[in-house]
Formats: sequence, C-alpha cells, structure tokens
Amino acid sequence: MKTVGGLSFARFTPVVYPYDLEGRCMATTHTGMAKPEGPVTPVPRRKFVQALLGTGFMATAIAFLYPVLRYLIPPKALDMGSDSVVAGRIADLKPNSGKIFRFGSHPGILVRTASGEFRAMSATCTHLSCTVQYRDDLQHIWCACHNGHYDLNGKNIAGPPPRPLQAFDVQVRGEEIHVRRRTEA
Amino acid sequence: MVILHNKLRAVLPAVMLLLVVCMTSPCRAQTQASALQAHPQAKNSCLDCHSILPDELGVTEEKFSHDIHSQKGLTCVSCHGGDANDDDAGQAMSRKAGFKGKIAHKDVPQLCASCHSNPAYMRQYNPSLRTDQLDQYKTSVHGKRLAAGDTKVAVCVDCHSVHDLRPPSDPQSKVHPLNVATTCSRCHADANYMSSYKIPTNQFAGYSKSVHHNAMVARGDLSAPTCTTCHGNHAASPPGVANVANVCSTCHVFQAQLFSSSPHQEAFTAAGLPGCVTCHSNHEIVQPSDELIGTGEKAVCTQCHTDGDPGFTAAAQMKQQLTQLAASIKSADEILGRAERSGMEVSQPRLELTQAHDALMKSRVTIHSFKPALLEADIKLGMATAAKDYEAGKKAMEERNFRRVGLGFSLVAILLMLVGLQMYIRHIERNDRRKEAVAGIHQ
Amino acid sequence: MAPLEKIRSWIDGRFNLNELLAPFKKKTVPRHRLTYWYFLGGITLFLFVIQVLTGILLLLYYRPGANEAFESVQYIMTQVQFGWLIRSIHSWSANLMIFTAFAHMFSVLFLKAYRKPRELTWLTGMILLFLVLGFGFSGYLLPWNTLAFFATKVGTEITGQVPIVGKPLMIFLRGGEDVTGATLTRFFGFHVAVLPGLATLLILIHLLLVQRLGISVPPKIQAEWLARPTSQREMKFFPNFMLRELMAWYVALGVLGALAAILPWDLGVKADPFVPAPAGIKPEWYFLFMFQTLKLIPSKVAGIDGEILGILSFGLVAFLWLLIPFFEREHPARTRQWIAGVALFALAYIAGMTIYGHFAQ
Repeated sequence: MKTVGGLSFARFTPVVYPYDLEGRCMATTHTGMAKPEGPVTPVPRRKFVQALLGTGFMATAIAFLYPVLRYLIPPKALDMGSDSVVAGRIADLKPNSGKIFRFGSHPGILVRTASGEFRAMSATCTHLSCTVQYRDDLQHIWCACHNGHYDLNGKNIAGPPPRPLQAFDVQVRGEEIHVRRRTEA
Repeated sequence: MVILHNKLRAVLPAVMLLLVVCMTSPCRAQTQASALQAHPQAKNSCLDCHSILPDELGVTEEKFSHDIHSQKGLTCVSCHGGDANDDDAGQAMSRKAGFKGKIAHKDVPQLCASCHSNPAYMRQYNPSLRTDQLDQYKTSVHGKRLAAGDTKVAVCVDCHSVHDLRPPSDPQSKVHPLNVATTCSRCHADANYMSSYKIPTNQFAGYSKSVHHNAMVARGDLSAPTCTTCHGNHAASPPGVANVANVCSTCHVFQAQLFSSSPHQEAFTAAGLPGCVTCHSNHEIVQPSDELIGTGEKAVCTQCHTDGDPGFTAAAQMKQQLTQLAASIKSADEILGRAERSGMEVSQPRLELTQAHDALMKSRVTIHSFKPALLEADIKLGMATAAKDYEAGKKAMEERNFRRVGLGFSLVAILLMLVGLQMYIRHIERNDRRKEAVAGIHQ
Repeated sequence: MAPLEKIRSWIDGRFNLNELLAPFKKKTVPRHRLTYWYFLGGITLFLFVIQVLTGILLLLYYRPGANEAFESVQYIMTQVQFGWLIRSIHSWSANLMIFTAFAHMFSVLFLKAYRKPRELTWLTGMILLFLVLGFGFSGYLLPWNTLAFFATKVGTEITGQVPIVGKPLMIFLRGGEDVTGATLTRFFGFHVAVLPGLATLLILIHLLLVQRLGISVPPKIQAEWLARPTSQREMKFFPNFMLRELMAWYVALGVLGALAAILPWDLGVKADPFVPAPAGIKPEWYFLFMFQTLKLIPSKVAGIDGEILGILSFGLVAFLWLLIPFFEREHPARTRQWIAGVALFALAYIAGMTIYGHFAQ
C-alpha cells in the first residue's frame, strides 16, 4: 500500500496503516519512511464528525440567536406602565357622561362632568367589586348591583359601599385624556 | 315628713361618714386646694366632698370633666339643685336650697326633658340637636312600661350614662354607633334581668355574628346598622311583623322591590310571616351564601316547599343556575391565573371576567324575585362572558405550550452538538495517543 | 489558505498572537479520578457570561423606579418577544451560578487546591463568592414584587443589627431609613455597575493566577504520582479540556433553556409598602441557612442578644474562611485534616439548614 503523509489514496476502501491498534509502528525500519502527519482516522468518519459539529453549531447558534434577535426588536405595544393609560379622547366624551376604560386588568371610569371637567377613578365598587357606572340623571356614580352611590370625588355617599373609590389623576394632552394612578415615591 | 324621714334613713350612714370625713383636717385642706384648682371662678362644694366619697355617692373631678354638660358650664346644681357655694353639707343639701337629692328612676326622663325638650333653651348650646326625645320615648316600649310603673326599664341615663355623659360622636360614649349594641345588651342579653318579660335574650349574641356587626367592627363602616337603626333609639320598639320589611328596604332597596313583586309577598302576608326575616333572620343575619337557596341541606326554601310543588322546582332551578355561573367563572379564573403565572398577557380577558362576576352579583339580587325566568337573563350574560374568557385563557396556555416545542428544538440541537463534540474529542485523543506512542517508540 | 486561516494570520501579524497564545498551548490539566471537579470553575464563569449577556438584554427594557420597575418586568415577560425566555434564563442562571460557585469553593476545599502558592486565588475566589451573593441579593429586588420587597427589608434589617457599623451600613444599603424607591435605584446601580466592575476585575485576577500557577493536584494523588511516575497523566488544556468544558457548557445551556420554558420564573404581585408582610416570608434559598440559624438562636445567649450573636458569628466564620490557606503553616497534614473536617461540617450544615429552612413554617 502506498501512503503519502498518512493519507490514503483510496477513499472508500478500508485503509491499512503501518501501526497496530496500540499505535506501535509495525514497520521494521523507519529510514525513508515518512513520519505520518495529520489525522489517522478514516476520512469518512472525520468528515461525519465535522458535519455533525458544523450542523450542531449552526443549530445551537440559530436556537440562541433567533430569540435574541426577536427580543431586540421592540414590540408594538409600547405602553409599558400600567400606571398610566390613555383613557379616551376629548371628542368622544360629552359633558355629563361617563365611560369605562381599561387600566391594566381592572376597570376605571372616566367622567366628564356637566361643567366640562374630567374625573377618573377606579370602577370597582368597594362593596362587592361590581363595575360602577355614571348616571347622568343623578349626575354622580352608581353601582347597579346593590344601589351604591358615589360622588364625583369617589366618596361613597349612599348604600352599602364602605369606602370611597380610588381616585386617579387626569391629564389632558392635546386630544388625549391620560389617566395615571396616584403612587408613592 | 315621712318622705324626709325615709330619705334620711337612706342617706344617714353616708351623711355620718361625710361629717366625719369633712371634719377632719385633710378634708379641709383638700377642700381649699380642690376649690382653687377645679373651679377657679366658681366654687363647687358638691364635688369637694363627693369626689372622695365611695362609689354610690362618688363623682370624681376627672369623671365629671368628661361630661358634656360640665364642659358647657352646667354643674351639679343644674340637675340636683342645692347650693354649691355652701361648704356646710346640711345647708347645701337642704330643701330650702332646692336640693332634689338622687333623682328617682321614673323622674329622670322628665328632668332631662326640662332642658332637652326646650328648643329655645337648646338653641343656645347646639341648634341642630333634636328636642323631641321625650315625645319619642313616650311611644317606646321603655317609655310605656315606665309610665305603667315598671322601674326596670331603661331611662335616659341608663343608655347615655350620667356624670360622664359624652356626645354620641365620642368613641367612648355608650351610645357611639360602635357601642350601641353593647349598651342595649346590658339588659337585653341578661337572662335573669329579663326573666319577667318573656322576650328572647339572644339578640346580641346573634347580632355579634351578623354581617352588619362585621361591617361596623371589622370594616369600620359606622353607617352599618346597629340596634337603634332598625328599632329606633328614643322610640325603641320592635318593628312588628308587618313592618320589618320596610326597615330592611331602607338600605336593601332592590331586594325589597323585587320581593314585593314576587309571589312571596302575598304568601307571606297571608301567613303572617315577616318578609326578609323569615329567610335571613332578624338579628343573626349572617353572610348569605348560594347554599341558602335551592333544595339542599342549608337551604331555607325547603322550610315551606316540598318536592313536587312549583316553588320547590323553581328553587332547584335557581340554585342550579347560580352554581353553573359560579363554576364557569371559577374555571375561567383558574385558567387565566395559570396563564398569568406562566407569564402570558391576559389582562383583557381578566377585565372581561369582572363583567361575568358582576352578572353573578346581580343574579344574587335577582333571586329575590323568585322567578327563574328573570334570573336567566343575568345568568346567560355571565355564562357567555365566562366562556369567552375561558377560551382566551386556553389560547394563552396553548401559546405557552408552543414554547415547549421551541425548547425541544434547541435541546435537539444541543444534543447534536454534544455528540459531535464527544466524537471530536475522541478523534483528537486517538491521534494524541498515536503521537505519544510514536514519540515514545522513537525516543 | 482557508478563510479562517487567513483571518488568523492577519490578526497574528498585528497582535503577535502566536507569541501570546504560546503558553496556553502548553497548558495542561492533571488527569485523575477527581478531574471532573475541575469543570466547576469554568461552568461558573460560563454562567456569569450568560448573566452578563441576558442582563444587558434585560437592560434594554427594564426601568428602575418604584412605579415602573414591576410593570417593565411584566412587559418583558408578556409583551417582548422571547422576553420571558431571557428573563427566566437570567433568574435561573443566577441561582445555578450561586450553586456552582459554592460547589466550586467546596471542591477546592476538599481537593486542597487552596494550598501555597494558591492563597491569592483562594482569596479572590472567596471575594467573588461574596460578590455573587451580593449580585443575588441586589438583583432579587429589581422586579419590585412583594416577596422581593420584604426579603430586602428583612435582609437589610439584619445587616442593621451589627453593632456600631450596622446602622450606617443599613442606611447606605437602603438609601435611607426604610426600603423605598431609593433602595431600588441604589440596588440597580450596585447590580449593573458596581458589582459587575468589581467582579470582572477579580475574575481577571483569578484567571490570571490560575493560568500562571497551573492547576493544582490533590496531595494524595500527588503522592501516588511520585511513587509511580508512569501513572501521572496530563491532558492538554487546549483543545482537549476546553472541548470537554464546552460540552459541560452546552449541557448547562440546555438545562437553562428547559428550566426557563418549563418552570418560568414567577413575577408575583407588585410591592406595596403599606401592606403588612405576608406570613412566613423567607429569603431565597442561598440565604436560607443563615436565616434559619438566626431563627433558631434563642433571643438571649449569656446576656447577649441572640440575633446579633448569630450575625457576628457568621461574620467571624466568613473572615476565618478567607484565611484558610494561611492556617497551614506548621503540621500541614494535621491542619488539612482539620480543614477537611470543618469543610465537611460546613457543607452538611448549609445543606441541612437550607432543607430545614425550606420546609419549616
């Protein structure tokens, strides 16, 4: 058999090397025998390992990079803080009317008083958590479940509610009405 | 003469003690000192001695200072008569000085009313105070029995206290809303005291377990009903079977309206049963649960209705409707909770679930119409919302599960990599071994 | 030339890379039955790198500040694409890193790798361990949920109990008398700037020392090798050990991904300073053994307040732990046995107390 640098010419035939399985040289003389350099495993096996490594690396790289790249792209819903929401637009709310808006996963009520002022507070009744509504005939807030009444400051004025409604701060910016929770530092 | 003799007999021991005490010098010294302290302007010889007398006749400076009358400038003399400037007990407490002594139980209302029923007089102190208490009292059970000669009943001072009478707004006042029930219970919960009256004495015990008591004491709602809210205070009487529903309906408007147009209204009136109280009790009004309606163990409907009659069927139907809705809301709530804890965004369905919750609340009020058909509307709305939210929760969970697929993919990729690395290591090391061997042999 | 080769030779021409990398090529790792323990340091380093990377990603969306922190983490968890993954990996990796850091420390103790001349490696390593615990403590507060709020309150309260320096230290940590938004801002600064800076510096020193001094061999094995020189085996650091280390890193990555997807990290409820502390509040598991110990100490021991005694004892133990390498002056063999005994006791104590604390009411 001819060997040049340990690599066999024959690609697909089993290759015979001048070493036994323990790695001991079986040739009787070393003069003139080129010292094998490079790998001595069969080429197909080596190529398979390389292919495996390559695929594995690519796959793991994709599995790693794909989420990271998607993460870097900002999501559409930019409104992050449930401390502040846009409750509505000025044009949508007539004087002496109210509307329920979403504040996180809780309802809030936005009221435009007869004089045009905006008030906002939690719409969760403090009695048994029903959702309150604005009564334009009473010109204040009312809970249909057990006939609780609240004034426009959220104070409980009649019926079973034991505590006032939590009031929010209202800020009108242009056309939009922003409602923000009152928080501590 | 006999009257005086009787009076003397009653107070003689005290008077003897008083003379002994007052003759001794410490009393004298104290008299002068306390006179200077307590009433820098006016002298009050009554307190000088009575502040150191034992309980029956004792009224301390400190105690009296809390009394609203004292704070407004009235003194012992204003009610008891006598002469506060005279140090001599005999003279100060003489008939000549107008001394009335201890006011008899039956005379108390009249005495208090002498000022409190006089609008012109009361206007000087507090124009917004009512002046009809005596008239009201006369219509009350207490007042009527007092007029008939019963001295065991309550008079003004039994509820309002005496000598340290505080206004009702004072939390330490015996008639502050938080204390009213306790004050009434002093007699009305005492079985021995009430034994001659043949009325129950378990009202306070019942009330203490009630949701009204809880609202006041635990939730701090001073507007919650106490004894006087339903019975009146000065005109205290039981509302009466026919009228008790009116009392409840002052707050529980919707339930009362629905009840009065329900089949029970006529039936109860005919049977002489009080509305509201028949199912909810009068004093021990506990938090109602859905168990109260239907045909189960704790249900009140089966007290009158039996299997086969239309009322029984209606009760069972309404119970089933409620149970269905409650269960539907619960399962939606549970799946949304699971989604939330897995990090899914479900605030919109959560908000909508409150609507289903509202429907359940409303249906618990609508029950008082005792008409399943009426209940159906609320229930339907609630069920629809709950079902929709359940779907939203399910979708969120599916999205979460999708993550596991992604995980599976990346784990497979890692496994490939691991196998590849393992093989590569083996391959290198085989080479290394061969190189070592060669190096070793070639040395 | 292959493209990779081209790049390498270009860089080499400008950095003299071959000269720089020569010592690495020669570096070997001793190969014996306890070699596997050598992986722990590398795994800890890998997890630290993961923390830095995921931390940087989280920084792109996180907002420090009492009225925004919780919402921003919620936003990351629910709105940002794969935000749940990044955040859960960050939280899980933190816990894993603390575990591997402790394991690395104990393995060094039992393998006696702290001996001369590696005292400085031990010191830098111990300081790194404390820094890692600091990372855990400061990072835990950042989501501003109820558990974190009260855990921080209790933790800083305990710090305040230390005599003399305790109160000023507590105020320094809290940014005031109480735990407020100011505490959050401060902890954020510690967590993303101060601690990473210190940790990076110490890691570099630590790694440099390991490179310069080589990997230590346990004394028993050293003795074996002296007796039979042929039994001594070494593994090349690069690429053999490195590739094995890489395998371990991939496994760690897989474990992290699985944990993040199957057991995502809880968000909890936003902190409300006015709500009373929930019953049975406990710190995270890595502080549990200290917490449980303090709970068990009677309120007064020989006239001294029990809690202060406990805190001071832990401080003393930590200080002595730093000095372990320096105890081996005379009678090294005996001292080593002592140290091994103490280390075993400490390990059992920490493990036992952590389990106890976890199940206690």
